[in-house]
Amino acid sequence: MTQNNNAEILKVEGLKAYYQMNYFGVEREVRAVDDITVTMRKNEVYGIAGESSSGKTSFIKVLAAAIRPPLRVVAGTAKYNFASGPIDVAHATPEEIEAVRWKHLSYIMQGSMSVLNPVRRIGKTFQDFAQRPLGLKGAEFESRVVNHLARLNLSPDVLRAYPHELSGGMRQRVTIGLATVCHPEFIIADEPTTALDVVVQKEVLSLIRDIQKEMGASVVFVTHDMSVHANVADRVGIIYAGRLVEEGPTRDMFFAPKHPYTAHLVASLPRIGDRQQRPALEGRPPNLADPPQGCRFHPRCPLAVDKCRKEVPPLETIGPDHRTACWRWKDVEPLVNVSAPSGEMA
Amino acid sequence: MTTLLDVRDVSKRFTMGGLFGRRVVDAVVDASFSLSAESPEIFTIIGESGSGKTTLARMILGLEDPTSGEILFRGKKVDRHAGRAERLDFMRHVQPVFQNPFEAFNPLKQIERYLESTARRFLDTGDKAVIDRAMDEALQKVGLSLKEVRGRFPHEMSGGQLQRCAIARALIPNPPLLIADEPVSMVDASLRMSIVNLLKSLRDDLKVSVIYITHDLATAYYISNRLIIMQRGRIVEMGDARTVLEHPEHPYSRLLKASVLSTDDAGAGKLGTDPAMLDQANDSVGRAGELVQRPDGRHVRVYA
Ligand SMILES: Nc1ncnc2c1ncn2[C@@H]1O[C@H](COP(=O)(O)OP(=O)(O)OP(=O)(O)O)[C@@H](O)[C@H]1O
Ligand SMILES: Nc1ncnc2c1ncn2[C@@H]1O[C@H](COP(=O)(O)OP(=O)(O)OP(=O)(O)O)[C@@H](O)[C@H]1O
Ligand code: SF4
Ligand SMILES: [Mg+2]
Ligand SMILES: [Mg+2]
Repeated sequence: MTQNNNAEILKVEGLKAYYQMNYFGVEREVRAVDDITVTMRKNEVYGIAGESSSGKTSFIKVLAAAIRPPLRVVAGTAKYNFASGPIDVAHATPEEIEAVRWKHLSYIMQGSMSVLNPVRRIGKTFQDFAQRPLGLKGAEFESRVVNHLARLNLSPDVLRAYPHELSGGMRQRVTIGLATVCHPEFIIADEPTTALDVVVQKEVLSLIRDIQKEMGASVVFVTHDMSVHANVADRVGIIYAGRLVEEGPTRDMFFAPKHPYTAHLVASLPRIGDRQQRPALEGRPPNLADPPQGCRFHPRCPLAVDKCRKEVPPLETIGPDHRTACWRWKDVEPLVNVSAPSGEMA
Repeated sequence: MTTLLDVRDVSKRFTMGGLFGRRVVDAVVDASFSLSAESPEIFTIIGESGSGKTTLARMILGLEDPTSGEILFRGKKVDRHAGRAERLDFMRHVQPVFQNPFEAFNPLKQIERYLESTARRFLDTGDKAVIDRAMDEALQKVGLSLKEVRGRFPHEMSGGQLQRCAIARALIPNPPLLIADEPVSMVDASLRMSIVNLLKSLRDDLKVSVIYITHDLATAYYISNRLIIMQRGRIVEMGDARTVLEHPEHPYSRLLKASVLSTDDAGAGKLGTDPAMLDQANDSVGRAGELVQRPDGRHVRVYA
């Protein structure tokens, strides 16, 4: 499913984005995105995984041109190559961003259910956001929206509802509807299916895939849920402590990961039938205000050696489309599958 | 057995008024179950999105009146309109953790303020040291500390951190019943395990009963004693969690289990669902049927 011959639509280079705060005279800096270089292509789904507070949302806020203080881009670029022309969203003006929003670039925020305006009916929100980019009016606009909602398994009634009258999962589908109704070139979705039951989740995921294929669009899909990536992504990138530590074709990432952290993520996935806890990582997640020296994973890494504590491993290419940042990537293989306890499989 | 919680034939109907006429939603239809006071358990609610799980939780919390039926907590009717003192006493015993941590916290208020007001209210003290200790203890139980949280606003935390703060807040009054509405949907696999293990230890060590609402069948299997599965407002299957999840009987329950994404075919893009299973599950939507008991103890909704 990899399409490495497809044209690049987004090129991120050396991106650093920090939260810079001042509390009562004390400076604090959270280095949530710390030197990420990555390329995304037309017509692919790129999955971003990583533990809570690793910087996934911060990273894609930059990609989505939703950078608000105290988050600041400190270095690097994020250049899109849209049909309407190139734009570096890390440095674009609000007007330039406004011009691409919804039509070319759309963003489904994490916890986006709460983003819906509580005193506006859903139908009004659709008008606010989608009417102008779609260039449709009245009945024509309405029928486009209704048809689109139907694909998300939502009845036209939701257009008359206020957000609080819908369940969490219904709201989540509404925001997916908002983000996809204008058929943008690039869709960024942050945990878009976490509040859905597994039946609807699957439907929504295949809908996102369908829309993506139909339009030849690109999707960046952020979730900590590895089983979603397994079934949706063409490529998966793993973020640890603000850095991209491994990236590769989905299959390779699951069956031949080359970073101990990826190996852990894959092995720790709970399954129905587990009566025992799967092995957790030792130690605490890193503090992004004061990340560990050298490889940031070293305090929790089963393979760590002295070098890891001192020198930052570079993200090197080790196979087709496959990059990893680990001094000992050749020794990762034995870690795969050893740690899964033998719960009876569902 | 004395009951901690008794949900008796509870239904909830919403009327959505609109320009184009009214529409009613039967969010919960005739739900009944009870939790024992002697043996604390994790009672799990799984179900369709929009099937009434949150509505049921809100009724148990006395945030919403049932349209019919009643809910008793320790034999006393849960009453949204009770006096202030009585409400406070009730809240001391039954605490919520809500679905979306981004909604649960006021974005303009520092997180510790939120914890602090809960502590002040329930511990009935103004002593700063006592309040700080209670906050720190509660935060430690969820793997955080007051030091880490102090001075932070909700948007300065990740989803997972925020959800742990929400659980910490609920733990402050040491309630015997916790109602956790999708407490783990925002967090990664290892944190998810640490949170469900936390719920487990609350049950085993502190004798707290937990109503655990989730879409995650793996953790439901791992920690629940009993569970119910809901479809469009109705309980369609109820029983011992492992019995039900190992061999679900109702067509919707079976569809649910079959839809869990697996990583076995990672990279193959498999997102199809067996249409026959979907049809069978949809067939029961809106039909009353009848809950009957099976020899293995579970209850299943069957249709004539
Ligand atoms: N507005 C903010 N101000 C200060 N710090 C912030 C802000 N938003 C996030 N952070 C911090 O930045 C780090 C990265 O957070 P981010 O939200 O990007 O994580 P995430 O990977 O999306 O996590 P999750 O899976 O829990 O959503 C965390 O340490 C978080 O506390
Ligand atoms: N205040 C309200 N007014 C009108 N309808 C409502 C209201 N609250 C909920 N509903 C409706 O009741 C039904 C059940 O909603 P509820 O939030 O209980 O579902 P849920 O099972 O928690 O779903 P999810 O898994 O998506 O969170 C939905 O159809 C919803 O639209
Ligand atoms: S570089 Fe060293 S510490 Fe980092 S992941 Fe590789 S082996 Fe582990
Ligand atoms: Mg996030
Ligand atoms: Mg809900």
